[in-house]
Amino acid sequence: MAARMNEHQQTLWEFMQQQSDKLLMQTMQHIGLTFISLIIAVMIGLPLGIWITRRRYFSGIVLGTAGILQTIPSIALLGFMIPLLGIGVKPAIVALLLYALLPIIRNTYTGITGVDAAVKEAAMAMGMNKWQILFKVELPLAMSVILAGIRTATVINVGVATLASYIAAGGLGEFIFGGISLNNTNMILAGAIPAALLAILFDFLLSRLQYLNLRKLKTATVTLPLLLIILASVYFIPSVAYGGKLKAGFTPEFMGRQDGNLGLESKYGLKVHPIVISDAVMYKAAYEKQLDVISGYSTDGRLKAYDLIVLDDDKKIFPPYYAAPIVREDALKQFPDLEKTLNLLSGKITDSIMSDLNYRTDYLHQSPEKVAEDFLRSHDLLKPSRNGSNGIVRIGSKIFGEQYILASMYTMLIRGYTDYDVSTKTGLGGTKICFDALNNNQIDLYPEYTGTGLLAILQPSSKTIDSLTANKNKTYDYVASEFKKKYNIKWLKPIGFNNAYALMMRERQAKQLHIKTISDLKRYLESNQ
Amino acid sequence: MIKVEQLSKHFCDIKAVDNISFEVADNEKLILLGTSGCGKTTTLKMINRIIEPTSGTIFIDGKNIYDQSPELLRRGIGYVLQNNGLFPHYTVAENIAIVPQLLKWDSKRIEKRIAELIEKLHLSKDQLKAYPNELSGGQQQRVGLARALVADPPVLLMDEPFGALDNVTRSKIHAEFKALDELKRKTIIMVTHDVQEAFELGDRISLMDKGKIVQIGTPTELLYKPVNLFVESFLKEQRLQLEFKAVRIKDIWALLPYSKKVGNVNLYADISVWSGMESFKSQQADYLNITHGDETRSVGFEQLVTAFYKYQNGRTHE
Repeated sequence: MAARMNEHQQTLWEFMQQQSDKLLMQTMQHIGLTFISLIIAVMIGLPLGIWITRRRYFSGIVLGTAGILQTIPSIALLGFMIPLLGIGVKPAIVALLLYALLPIIRNTYTGITGVDAAVKEAAMAMGMNKWQILFKVELPLAMSVILAGIRTATVINVGVATLASYIAAGGLGEFIFGGISLNNTNMILAGAIPAALLAILFDFLLSRLQYLNLRKLKTATVTLPLLLIILASVYFIPSVAYGGKLKAGFTPEFMGRQDGNLGLESKYGLKVHPIVISDAVMYKAAYEKQLDVISGYSTDGRLKAYDLIVLDDDKKIFPPYYAAPIVREDALKQFPDLEKTLNLLSGKITDSIMSDLNYRTDYLHQSPEKVAEDFLRSHDLLKPSRNGSNGIVRIGSKIFGEQYILASMYTMLIRGYTDYDVSTKTGLGGTKICFDALNNNQIDLYPEYTGTGLLAILQPSSKTIDSLTANKNKTYDYVASEFKKKYNIKWLKPIGFNNAYALMMRERQAKQLHIKTISDLKRYLESNQ
Repeated sequence: MIKVEQLSKHFCDIKAVDNISFEVADNEKLILLGTSGCGKTTTLKMINRIIEPTSGTIFIDGKNIYDQSPELLRRGIGYVLQNNGLFPHYTVAENIAIVPQLLKWDSKRIEKRIAELIEKLHLSKDQLKAYPNELSGGQQQRVGLARALVADPPVLLMDEPFGALDNVTRSKIHAEFKALDELKRKTIIMVTHDVQEAFELGDRISLMDKGKIVQIGTPTELLYKPVNLFVESFLKEQRLQLEFKAVRIKDIWALLPYSKKVGNVNLYADISVWSGMESFKSQQADYLNITHGDETRSVGFEQLVTAFYKYQNGRTHE
């Protein structure tokens, strides 16, 4: 993690050993999530599949609906769940079970309709009633097809369960997405490899079950539910209740950073037992009182939207995060007019302006393009597009509103002031994905923050960091020179605002508890423990 | 006794079975004969209520079958299917035990009954633990028959039971079928499209076409007193062989000469001329001792055939 600022490069094995507690817990959570949702999916899907073999008229509707559920992107489905079920385990299980439904319903239907008609007729002619035919003939004969469906559903669930960490349900996604945000390959692999192994393992085990001969199938139909229940219960073993009077939720990125939770622990001695949650739902969860303390960014528009206040960082652990476009040197050579065009924005956007712009996109749901256009117009920077064709500048952005707005502004500026055209690759996930895209010549520029460049990309020794982070100019100068040296990438002039990390609380609660600084928060928590 | 009254079944606009009536006496073997699509299978499946009729009623031993629950009705009627319909996930023994288990017999009784049946049906004890797919077609069909007979139902319905078998296996099973004492005490309705089979196994034949019964009667009646051209042309192609099968030795008894020679095979005169002719070959006999009433005559192959032709000439000149 970011704590290993120095000395030697940590191996994956060392990382996994060091984090074995977390790894074990996440794996258990992952298995638990997969199988709780699988059991519920079987309990719903199997009877539904049987029912549509009896009412063929409804088979199209049921299979169609399950099919549509399957096509909803996983992140979107998790997003839909939050207004209904909040954050945590419940929405994750519901989303997973919706994905698992289709293969189970479809295979139950196919399996049962595929049973030899002569066998069904014989069963009927011998005087079996419909339940006897179902349990003694149809289900046993359809079992291998149904098991194949359950097998597919299991593998899907192991995959989708990685996304559960977005909504604070845990699982191996915590390492995967934390690792992506932190540019930590070991962390990504520590989540991804066990997840892949789980998928392979369960697929193999279920395939053994599927190809058992017919006689042993009878034992299989008894042991399978038992096994599933045991696996599902695994989730509840490690998930001990979160301590403390206040519930904290941090993004995976914040969790693993020296200038995040690690710094809070080491410099403030603050232990809030946070749950891991995606940035996309964290603010809303705070507003809805499901969380009390969250990590966030000081320019976030949702601060304003959800009545949150920033706690003062009285020990200065959050380094400055001044935003500036970073551009590959060869792109600057290829597009001589680029630098001065991008610098048109420098010094123009303060913290409060940026907060307001973010508020418009995140809360008022104006499009980033409109927000960008309005801003440029009000500052007399907007010029109509020249429809240039003298090469294409590729602009990237990370996957949040502020980056979209900045990318839109740069797009309009380049089209209005130069003869270049622009293609945008927005939504490149976290820092790692964006920076790798830039470094590998897949984009020409994207807006980056000095603190991120320092801590997530350069990762110098803690001594160097301590000497830099108190002063915003020192940080910028260091980052600019190191990027030039190491990657041949240039930091252009800062845009003006400082989008630093911050701890936030609901304004009303903070006032009630007299918490203004992070030290106040610590005092409050300790007084209650 | 089975009594079918004004039975009809319509599938949408198609009259699969069109207002038919017939009766089957106790222990009688009635064959429903006809080309595919004539309604014979639909008729059969209405008797155990696998298909519900559009109109009409059926009585078994005077009781209306629609007054009983279909499950209870079916447990008292044996059913044999063309593709045997054995449960692939059950062993042979488990397959045969299905109906007794539904009837809640105790396991000893089931075991005893199965042992009795497999001996009669020439199956071996080792095969009881086998799964159906490990058996030959003929063996599977025997298991299917055992399953239908196990609870000793008075009525047996058979839907093309030997249709999937090759010729050699089929004629072997035909012979066993006729010899099986269990079947002699049963009222049987059998569907087939095979004219030879119908003549060989049936006491009476109901020839169907387009959902109606064209003629119902004994094989001899169909052969020699066809009601119309359809019946005549239906039997035309295989007529000679059918006649051998339809005519019984007792029918030509008066035309058989006395012979002094004594054969080494004893038979009764109610077998068909065809069976008699087959016996010469299968028993490698020169003469058969045939008994009709109190009298026994020794007959050679040529004498039998000559008597048959004399009989035939007599019928056609009537």
